[in-house]
Amino acid sequence: MSMNSHDVATVSTPKVTHAAIDTASLGEKVSIRNLEFFYGDTRALKNINLSLYANKTTAFIGPSGCGKSTLLRILNRMYDLYPGQRATGQVLFDGENLLDASVDINLLRARIGMVFQKPTPFPMSIYENIAFGIRLYEKLPRAEIDARVESALRRAALWDEVKDKLTASGLGLSGGQQQRLCIARTVAVKPEVILFDEPCSALDPISTAKIEELIDELKQDYTIVIVTHNMQQAARVSDFTTFMYLGELIEFGNTATLFTTPRDKRTQAYITGRFG
Amino acid sequence: MANEHTIKRFDEELERLNATINEMGGLTESQFSKSLDAVRERDTAEAEQVIADDARVDALDEQVQQLTVQLLALRQPMAVDLRVVLSSIKIAAALERIADYAKNTAKRSIVLSQGAAPASAVVGIDRLGRLVRSALKDVLDAFANDDVDKAHDVWQRDEEIDQVYTGLFRELLTYMMEDPRNITACTHLLFMAKNIERAGDHVTNIAELVSFRQTGRNFAEVRPKGQSSIYTAGTAE
Repeated sequence: MSMNSHDVATVSTPKVTHAAIDTASLGEKVSIRNLEFFYGDTRALKNINLSLYANKTTAFIGPSGCGKSTLLRILNRMYDLYPGQRATGQVLFDGENLLDASVDINLLRARIGMVFQKPTPFPMSIYENIAFGIRLYEKLPRAEIDARVESALRRAALWDEVKDKLTASGLGLSGGQQQRLCIARTVAVKPEVILFDEPCSALDPISTAKIEELIDELKQDYTIVIVTHNMQQAARVSDFTTFMYLGELIEFGNTATLFTTPRDKRTQAYITGRFG
Repeated sequence: MANEHTIKRFDEELERLNATINEMGGLTESQFSKSLDAVRERDTAEAEQVIADDARVDALDEQVQQLTVQLLALRQPMAVDLRVVLSSIKIAAALERIADYAKNTAKRSIVLSQGAAPASAVVGIDRLGRLVRSALKDVLDAFANDDVDKAHDVWQRDEEIDQVYTGLFRELLTYMMEDPRNITACTHLLFMAKNIERAGDHVTNIAELVSFRQTGRNFAEVRPKGQSSIYTAGTAE
């Protein structure tokens, strides 16, 4: 078929297709400007420019190796853990460049929390899994910690299932429950942004639906970014979707628009299952 | 763009959907054409054949519905694929309606052939019918070749069809006023004209759907419309 708006021949310049979005009512929580990322000599991200809006869910999609997880990991400086990895450009978080060496990484990771692909509960009780994180950042009386643990578990839709066994090990929970425990742990330290890296890839459909429902509720209070291989999931949970390919940001737009009338041929090919 | 999916079965199902609509289109075109022959030639046998064959169009419509439901449930189509599936349901419904109109015209032609009818009005029906038949043929070609420009061309031709219909309406009215013995035949001819004009509207809808499935948009501009003076002409006198 002929799509004359965007021919492959014209895309050699790294120009991002932005569908028209009414940004007037949106708060820009994170602004990524001219971001490049290197694994040693390999340039893994090429001139990324992207805004993440407050109280919205933004999904990153793209084939394996496109750089979506790399981009997510930059947002809370996870790459600092590895030598030879560096980022250039700016990631402005409430106006402050979080790539600056002067940024307190522990504080940053409290403000920008992350939930990983595989549930990662600590080998301790359900209660301690959550209280542990709170104590790292704040000195609170026992009663207040109790209240924070309960509210975090309620927020993660796990309270009713675990309230009678808070002293049991977190490892004894099912996979879906463990993932919600990790979300509770992230929520407990009161972050502003939550990053989800393939949060449902190890979960069954019912647990997946619970996490998706949770993400929908959490965005009332947080800014959410989710990396997912599951396009239907991106379509279901996100307000905005970013399609990445070979380290470039190809298209960013309203999720409903991107999944019905994508502007770039590569986006169309990917979301309709023609490559990737 | 159909034969590129990672999952080959998906391609096969989409192709089967397209093939079913093409078959349905061909059959509808033939039904429509035969209904015009039956009127012009006062051919009762042909009319009865059209009436009997309408069930074949209905069966194909049902097939399209089954295929689309299956594609939606099992493949979760996105973007252009989703538009192809959705427009297929609507195109099949439009074709089914056009075939119904042909069937109704055929039924009326049997009644008409039993008495006298104003010859020039019968010629008028044939002329209107040929315009719509040619638009139907072209829109089916546009569909088969994903040709949005051709669909746009068909879409613009509806104005002419409306004008011929309006002229025919006035002519039939005049015959009825001249001699009340014409009223039975002219009423049937009037309904035939309306059938054909409505079929033309469905052809226009199909043209819009050819654009929608390709681009996600209908034609941008406002469609040219003839004067709707027929609604005043009948009551003025």
